[in-house]
Amino acid sequence: MSKKINLNLRVWRQKNRNTPGKFEVYKTQGVDVDMSFLEMLDVVNERLTKEGKDPIAFDHDCREGICGMCGAVVNGQAHGPVRGTTLCQLHMRNFKDGETLVIEPWKANGFPVNKDLSVDRTAFDRIITAGGFISVKTGQAPDAHSTPVPKVSADIAMDAAQCIGCGACVAACPNGSAMLFVGAKVSHLNNLPQGQPEKKTRVLNMVSQMDKEGFGNCSNSYECEAACPKEISVIHIAHMNRDYRQSNLL
Amino acid sequence: MLDSKIPTGALKDKWTNHKFNEKLVNPANRRKYKIIVVGTGLAGASAGASLAEMGYNVESFFFQDSPRRAHSIAAQGGINAAKNYPNDGDSVRRLFYDTIKGGDFRSREANVYRLAEVSNNIIDQCVAQGVPFAREYSGYLDNRSFGGAQVSRTFYARGQTGQQLLLGAYQALMKEVGKKNVTLHPRSEMLDLVVIDGVARGIVVRNLLTGQIESHAADAVVLATGGYGNVFYLSTNAKGSNVTATWRAHKRGAYFANPCYTQIHPTCIPVHGEYQSKLTLMSESLRNDGRVWVPKKEKDPRPAHEIPEEERDYFLERKYPAFGNLVPRDIASRNAKEQCDAGRGVGDTGMAVYLDLKDSIARLGADIIKERYGNLLDMYAKITGADPYKTPMMIYPAVHYTMGGLWVDYNLMSNLPGLFVVGEANFSDHGANRLGASALMQGLGDGYFVLPYTIANFLAQVKPNAKEIINRGEFKQVESDVKAKLNKLLSIKGKTTVDEFHRKLGHLLWEKCGMARNEAGLKEALKQIPVIRDHFWNDVCILGSGEEFNQALERAGRVADFLEFGELLCIDALERNESCGGHFREEYQTPEGEALRRDDLYSYVAAWQFNGVGQAPTLHKEELKFEEVHLAQRSYK
Repeated sequence: MSKKINLNLRVWRQKNRNTPGKFEVYKTQGVDVDMSFLEMLDVVNERLTKEGKDPIAFDHDCREGICGMCGAVVNGQAHGPVRGTTLCQLHMRNFKDGETLVIEPWKANGFPVNKDLSVDRTAFDRIITAGGFISVKTGQAPDAHSTPVPKVSADIAMDAAQCIGCGACVAACPNGSAMLFVGAKVSHLNNLPQGQPEKKTRVLNMVSQMDKEGFGNCSNSYECEAACPKEISVIHIAHMNRDYRQSNLL
Repeated sequence: MLDSKIPTGALKDKWTNHKFNEKLVNPANRRKYKIIVVGTGLAGASAGASLAEMGYNVESFFFQDSPRRAHSIAAQGGINAAKNYPNDGDSVRRLFYDTIKGGDFRSREANVYRLAEVSNNIIDQCVAQGVPFAREYSGYLDNRSFGGAQVSRTFYARGQTGQQLLLGAYQALMKEVGKKNVTLHPRSEMLDLVVIDGVARGIVVRNLLTGQIESHAADAVVLATGGYGNVFYLSTNAKGSNVTATWRAHKRGAYFANPCYTQIHPTCIPVHGEYQSKLTLMSESLRNDGRVWVPKKEKDPRPAHEIPEEERDYFLERKYPAFGNLVPRDIASRNAKEQCDAGRGVGDTGMAVYLDLKDSIARLGADIIKERYGNLLDMYAKITGADPYKTPMMIYPAVHYTMGGLWVDYNLMSNLPGLFVVGEANFSDHGANRLGASALMQGLGDGYFVLPYTIANFLAQVKPNAKEIINRGEFKQVESDVKAKLNKLLSIKGKTTVDEFHRKLGHLLWEKCGMARNEAGLKEALKQIPVIRDHFWNDVCILGSGEEFNQALERAGRVADFLEFGELLCIDALERNESCGGHFREEYQTPEGEALRRDDLYSYVAAWQFNGVGQAPTLHKEELKFEEVHLAQRSYK
């Protein structure tokens, strides 16, 4: 039998975007340490439902750390205390018996709250729409081997492309900046030969959309990198800034 | 007999000739046609992007907050293509043959050949989109091998191939959103299909944030809504994956084909507790470098490292020397179950076998193994708390993919005109068992290179009139049916939660209709499912209202459909008195315990017609004709 712990959960409850929210406390006993954080919330929700209380709304889907749908701030840290981990892959063995956990949604200008822990991240989709793609139509592609890509470039592109679009970088940033998210996409595509023709318009349009969505500027605190479940490096913000400057000059 | 509309002519010429014979829609007329695409996984996103690029008006619906979340994103290992870059004997014909054989000769020859033909275009397209596939130092693409093949034809992006391919398709879709050729409907769940004069003309959806019920009309409806693995409750699917879109289309007349073909993936992290919400896959690619074994002695209490080499049974290598650890999934899964049933399973529950990377780490070094599988091994360590570089991993089979789905003809159109079904949601290409790295190929093949041609042929023969048809009474009628069902669910106010019902159904199906099935078990399940279903409709507990963000209500609708679909799954499994691929009937096996097909009796697709809840469905058959391949018992020895 695995170990069980007791926890005090202070959870942000908010009915919808237009209603102010508040913290509710849920004493939760007998949490199996092998559970994931979301499984722990499932158990709490089953109990709340049986008690006739509204269960906690939270977004989730794949529960294997890749869809980017889940996320909450746990004790002040986006996706909780373990590095390189989404909330669904955070297991309760990382918490102590008797601990109080403060659980809040992502808080940022660009991410209005839908309900409880669920936020609206459609701003990220609009940023991708502004330029986060290579304009090749289906059928236009040449043979895959017509352009060799140096392994180093392919690897840098892949490091950046791992972004799951969860928004933890924004939630962790003191300034609510989306620059790691945007930088990662710019860096992924601009590091590849296929991304060169649209390199300049891509970065200009994506940055412009990012500003319109109400995200803040980079505060150089590197909190985004620390919170990123894919541990994407802030070097990609530097790549974006380089490309942005060059695009504006020419 | 169903007409699959397979073109005439030699197998290798069918698709080429068909494309020429298909009717086209003039580029200036395309914008007048509206196409609804439900789902934004590989099939839905690639179809939506391609159709929009051609000039059609696309409306894209998905229940998640962004198209990028669809569960294709979780595919790990890779995508097959017949490029033959490694010069090891691959060809379109070999990919076709391996796929037909892997599917245990229960798929349609012409569809599979076409899939193999377009496989190379997929790789070209994805590379052009900026998908960062793994490359060698030369700058050229790297390949690896996968189960059921003796060539290296799998392209990959670390252990995140599905993610990268989906992001490629998603970005192509978003590019078209920017051009206003695609309208996105996030957090919108399709709850019904609207059929007018026998033709699919639209859908009714619920906005999951506001609860609003909306009708949308189109000139064609495309379902790309994935598989039904979550009927088993525990599976490797995302929590939201469901059968609702396809099931409700089935209830409106679309035939459901081969539901009993379910794939149990051999390499998943074993079940560990009652509260468990899902199972996590460890990519099959690990079988390239991992050796599967159990102790020779039953109930051996020793930890793995204390068991000497001669007391280990590398059962896959022993039984299948030619393919070894790379046998197809159904065979690997069944063998793992056999070992555990015989008492040689490992771990606390005895329901696991070892997947051991030790020899590969010794041969290649831990760095190479980390480069190949780093993210998978990290995930394993996070979930289990054990270090796979030091101790062998423990794995057990889990529900992963469903080969069955809505019946479609060669044009990917269901028996309902105007309703197209692509990707995992249809039944057509994988037969009774899907080979590794073929799901990504099929999803993208359907969306990028097949549907854009075949849907044009349909549209060319109809007048675009989505704007007018929306006023027909059928839309209001379906809307009111949908509202009535939601209100009924909310009015029950019982004592049992949605998840409790789901777990109960899932457990029953896993026991009676899982990796091995028999007549008595299936009959028992068919007795119990209606009982659970009645209990559900009398005692389910859903709080709140339908006019708000209500996740329990969303799940309840899906579970209600699983409770009906589960019955069809068992009926189909009972009707098919043979074993093939993922459908293993204990009564039908060879003396060595391999699946025993009965080609003389069951060489057909079983397509079921809905006749009402609890009513016996009508079986329609599509005969499978093999002109090119010789039917044989699969041998991987």
